[in-house]
Amino acid sequence: MRIAQPNTYFWQGNEACVEGAIASGCRFFAGYPITPASEISEHMAKRLPRISGIAIQMEDELASIGAIIGASWAGAKAMTATSGPGFSLMQEFIGYAFMTETPCVIVNVQRTGPSTGQATKCGQGDVMQSRWGTHGDYSAIVLSPNSVQEMFTLTVRAFNLAEKYRTPVILLSDETITHMREQITVPPLDTVKIINRKKPRAGETAFFGLEVIPPMPAVDEGFNVAVTGSTHDEYGIRFTADPVVHKKLVERLNNKIRNHTEEISDFEHYNIENCQIGIISYGCTSRAVHEAVEKAEAKGVKTGYIRLKTIWPFPEKTVRKLAEKADKIIVPELNLGQICYEVERASKGLAKIIPLNKIGGGELITPEELLAKILKEAEKND
Amino acid sequence: MTETFSIRKYLRDLKLPFCPGCGIFTIMNTFLRAVHELGYEDLSEFVFCSGIGCSSWICSPYFKADSIHTPHGRSIPVATGMKLFHPDRDVVIFGGDGDIVGIGLSHFIHAARRNLDALVIMVNNMVYGMTGGQVAPTTPFKTKTTTTPYGSFEQPLDATRLAAAAGACYSTRWTTAHPKELKESIKKAIQMKGFRFIEVVSQCPTAYARRAGFKNAGEMLKWFKENATPIQQAEKMNEKEIEGKIVIGEFAERRRPTIVENIYAVIREAQMNDR
Repeated sequence: MRIAQPNTYFWQGNEACVEGAIASGCRFFAGYPITPASEISEHMAKRLPRISGIAIQMEDELASIGAIIGASWAGAKAMTATSGPGFSLMQEFIGYAFMTETPCVIVNVQRTGPSTGQATKCGQGDVMQSRWGTHGDYSAIVLSPNSVQEMFTLTVRAFNLAEKYRTPVILLSDETITHMREQITVPPLDTVKIINRKKPRAGETAFFGLEVIPPMPAVDEGFNVAVTGSTHDEYGIRFTADPVVHKKLVERLNNKIRNHTEEISDFEHYNIENCQIGIISYGCTSRAVHEAVEKAEAKGVKTGYIRLKTIWPFPEKTVRKLAEKADKIIVPELNLGQICYEVERASKGLAKIIPLNKIGGGELITPEELLAKILKEAEKND
Repeated sequence: MTETFSIRKYLRDLKLPFCPGCGIFTIMNTFLRAVHELGYEDLSEFVFCSGIGCSSWICSPYFKADSIHTPHGRSIPVATGMKLFHPDRDVVIFGGDGDIVGIGLSHFIHAARRNLDALVIMVNNMVYGMTGGQVAPTTPFKTKTTTTPYGSFEQPLDATRLAAAAGACYSTRWTTAHPKELKESIKKAIQMKGFRFIEVVSQCPTAYARRAGFKNAGEMLKWFKENATPIQQAEKMNEKEIEGKIVIGEFAERRRPTIVENIYAVIREAQMNDR
């Protein structure tokens, strides 16, 4: 099978991610073994050579992301996949990819941290790291799938956003979503929207400025492109001390993401205009929401939700809209509280933010636990 | 007789940032002369990759060519991805001793092991020069640096011998006092396949020389000349005799399948089964 044919399949999340990448045109993968992301490497190693792509296991995660950045400058759509410990090692190059405007996709299948933590168990502890992990002024695009289907569709979207904005994009998944098997529908490929990076015209020389998202040559196209992670001008020439050049570059890099928040943001919402209790969730945790909301409504509690498919940039306006209506917003997370603070910031005191946290052993927040919380908060008069 | 030529045809119109007396000038000149003598009119056949440090600036952005200036120690992984996806260009990596065999050591060994099709030119100034003269993995024993004010208490790494042991197709060491030999090695290496390593022991008059007991660049070059020992001669010397010497010459020269050859063979095989 060269490219997955349109059909329904029963796939594991990691497998769906690989097929989504291949459908997007990904032809270079470099990775390092790590639970629970190894199946992505294994599947890539099997699939890519058959479609003239390259899959290689590097000596560590630093080298893995370095290799995909090199491949991207050679013209490839390229991806790596890892989990928390490897994601920590990749932060250096994530900043580099951001600074050099190198499109690439980094999949982080979250497990329980810090450190080695519980290697095989699900967690959501890397949400803030995915936004702030590298040093310096940085803006991230981070997507959060919650089904095997979305491991396919959001991988496609990750590549499209990377190519469109010339920036690294993080697919922040988790052990539950990537290890479970579900039915997935692969659409006909001609119906899948694929975006490719803008290429320079002959004679162009400014690949790092002038335009908000500049054109990107490959290293073999005769443009003599100078790529550097140091502060540089529009032509890639290093300026290690000039305050104006630095400000201009780094503000543009951040603004090209921040100023497109509406366009990048993607979320699912239900009843946010008319609810007493709101829920904001993402990834594996969001899978408990639908049932809990249904049961709460059956008991007469007006409940609504936002399910984040993009975590960063954070959809502040939509969250604020929910906060204007709801008295309380419950934020279930498999961590000790991360996105709840962002919700609190965005809701500007209009609603009370109630974190619902659980960590360890990969145990998920169940619909029953969430329902109990909804009912308790609906009753409480505070 | 040496033909005169200007290296300017290979350079962007920028002022070079290196200190007076720096060995980088010799190495830059020698590399470009080798390229010139091989008949390359421009650098369009090459892609350059470098990390962080003075010598990583040799190619980036001064060479009029495609160049990728990566994080510290990471030029080899970036070059790996680039070369594998686009094998047509010759990859040349410039880096210092701290970059290539300090922070980037693991990548260096693995590149030699997997026989990455790339030429690595390591400028070994035996010190972290750009950051002000701290001890490096290549600093000679007992040398004073800013972080070993009482003398270095570690043995230095022999990068050329390491590359040879790890599987490099070509591994050689010269000093900036041996520009002719260096040039011939560069020419030879450019025409070879697989992982090729050239170490150039170089003077850093600013951050190394004075603390290590040399008055200037000239004194360091004199020291290189006096202590350089051809490998054939070194092999006959005992441990005591070889102490403090700089062993120069070719440590390895072999032909074995490169990663590009191997990976594309795998691709062909994988697709054969599809037919």
